[in-house]
Amino acid sequence: MIDVRNLVYRYGAFTAVDTISFQVFKGEIFSFLGPNGAGKSTVINVLITLLTLQEGEVSIAGYDLSREPEKVRESIGIVFQEVTLDRDMTVWEILEFHGRLYNLGKTERRRRIDELLSLVELEEKRDSLTKELSGGMKRRLEIARGLMTRPRVLFLDEPTLGLDPQTRIRMWEYLNQVNREGTTIFLTTHYMDEADQLSDRISIIDHGKIIVTGTTWQLKNALGEDSIYIETSDDDAAQEMLSTDSRVTSLRRKKKGILVMVDGDGTRLLPALMDTLLAAGLHITAVNLKKPSMDDVFVHYTGRELREGGGGTVYRGRRP
Amino acid sequence: MNTGFMTIYWRDMLRFFRFRTLLISSLVQPALWMAFFGIAMSSSFDRFSMGVPAVPGAEAVGYLTFMAAGVIAMTTLFTSLFGGIVLLFDKNWGLMREILASPLPRSHIIIGIALSGMTKSFIQAIIIMVFGLVLGVEFFRGLSPTGILVAVAGILVFVGMFSLGFLFLSATISISMESPEGLQGIITLLTMPIFFASNALYPTDAFPAILRDISVVNPLTHLITGIRYFAIGDNFTAIGIHFTHTPGDILASFLVLIAFAGVMFSLAWWRFSQAVIT
Ligand SMILES: Nc1ncnc2c1ncn2[C@@H]1O[C@H](COP(=O)(O)OP(=O)(O)OP(=O)(O)O)[C@@H](O)[C@H]1O
Ligand SMILES: [Mg+2]
Repeated sequence: MIDVRNLVYRYGAFTAVDTISFQVFKGEIFSFLGPNGAGKSTVINVLITLLTLQEGEVSIAGYDLSREPEKVRESIGIVFQEVTLDRDMTVWEILEFHGRLYNLGKTERRRRIDELLSLVELEEKRDSLTKELSGGMKRRLEIARGLMTRPRVLFLDEPTLGLDPQTRIRMWEYLNQVNREGTTIFLTTHYMDEADQLSDRISIIDHGKIIVTGTTWQLKNALGEDSIYIETSDDDAAQEMLSTDSRVTSLRRKKKGILVMVDGDGTRLLPALMDTLLAAGLHITAVNLKKPSMDDVFVHYTGRELREGGGGTVYRGRRP
Repeated sequence: MNTGFMTIYWRDMLRFFRFRTLLISSLVQPALWMAFFGIAMSSSFDRFSMGVPAVPGAEAVGYLTFMAAGVIAMTTLFTSLFGGIVLLFDKNWGLMREILASPLPRSHIIIGIALSGMTKSFIQAIIIMVFGLVLGVEFFRGLSPTGILVAVAGILVFVGMFSLGFLFLSATISISMESPEGLQGIITLLTMPIFFASNALYPTDAFPAILRDISVVNPLTHLITGIRYFAIGDNFTAIGIHFTHTPGDILASFLVLIAFAGVMFSLAWWRFSQAVIT
């Protein structure tokens, strides 16, 4: 659905996007995860034709971006990073304007507006000016607008920036619903949990480069740092056996039980390890498997934490 | 797709009628000009011109009537120069990204804004004419109802063509500027010389040569010439000066306005095709 090859974008001498290639398949939710200034918005703005394609090849919904930009425009929906609403227009007028811009017929326009207002639960705000809406309502309105033309691909730049946790979860539900109805979704985010929970596949991007692309599972498994917690009838014996096992990378003794870091996919190694222990006559009384989080993945691939994570120290210093 | 500019037009008019205060305040200024400057000046100017012998066949009109055409023109100039400001707001805080990423050709943005600005100028020109007549402006003297209709139509054609030129200019400046303050500064800088180097308040005949040259290429002069021709006639005296205009003069003035609008459209089109907003 989206095919990007060797995309480069420079602001003057500064290379904001450095030779990026990726594909988004039909029906997928695909995320760009990266810190502020990574180049996410720049990539999106090139794909949606707001910035000119300087170098590289892009095709979207089957149309070549440089040869048929008009066709690309007609096939996509967009939710921008910044709020792009007219404060002095009503919710209904914003959608009506969009429908007219894209040349939707009047009956189709009116029907779509009704459908979408109910999807994003803004029916009661139909005649309110957008300046009277809360941040979350504005975002929902923008998503509704992006969906007006039944786009084949929906682009969202930081869709849940600045929203409270409940609203974010509702937003994810909308996006999942829209996706189930057949819209391919490309989004950028610097929230780990958003990338993790919402997307089928993720590209981690930093300093204008894609560092790694894969499904959330692939990325986590590739870390090889799954941890397994085991309690047995004889932990000392178990520790001795496991510490010589080639599949185990490190091992730590807990008050009651052993924490084992394994090299590879823990979901497959756990039964094998259990078999080994059982064969030695040990009794297993408890097990637990923990996959690495997206945070672990990000730190692993970029060698640092997302910049927003650093803010935690500020609060720590203030604590009594 | 070739009626896409109507979308832009619809939306701009929506805002215009939503902010009725803006319409009203834009009418207060011309009303004040006529009510104070016009009436005050006419009491002194008209006293001078009383001593000037009447020109046979030419109609003598008072100063208020003379400057009313200038007030209509000045209002059109202001409204048109500010007509594109919505684009600047859209660029910084509003819908410009949405519009630029849509299939709408960019020329339609310019055309839509120009048409809505022109409509606003029409509404204002008509209100000022009515207000002027109430104050004692002697427009359309001795004309039949049909004659008045033709004269009003003629005035609106001139007002429309003139406003297009300055709306294109306004759109060009708005899309190029970063802040509304900057736009405001440029507009203030432009309006002063345009207004005073014109025949709005006084005849240009007695200007020094340089100023007269400016007034000749000044679109405002040509708009006012056109308005006076339709509102007062082709042969009249005011402030003791005799004015005559042939239809050829009027056509020439109109051609200047067309040329100005044409140049300004090209400029706007060029700026819009360059515009990048992220
Ligand atoms: N108009 C511009 N002119 C010059 N440099 C720019 C411009 N826009 C962005 N940049 C630079 O390009 C880089 C990428 O910016 P971009 O907006 O794409 O980042 P991002 O990943 O979207 O960040 P964020 O999470 O903050 O939105 C940054 O270093 C930024 O400073
Ligand atoms: Mg961004």
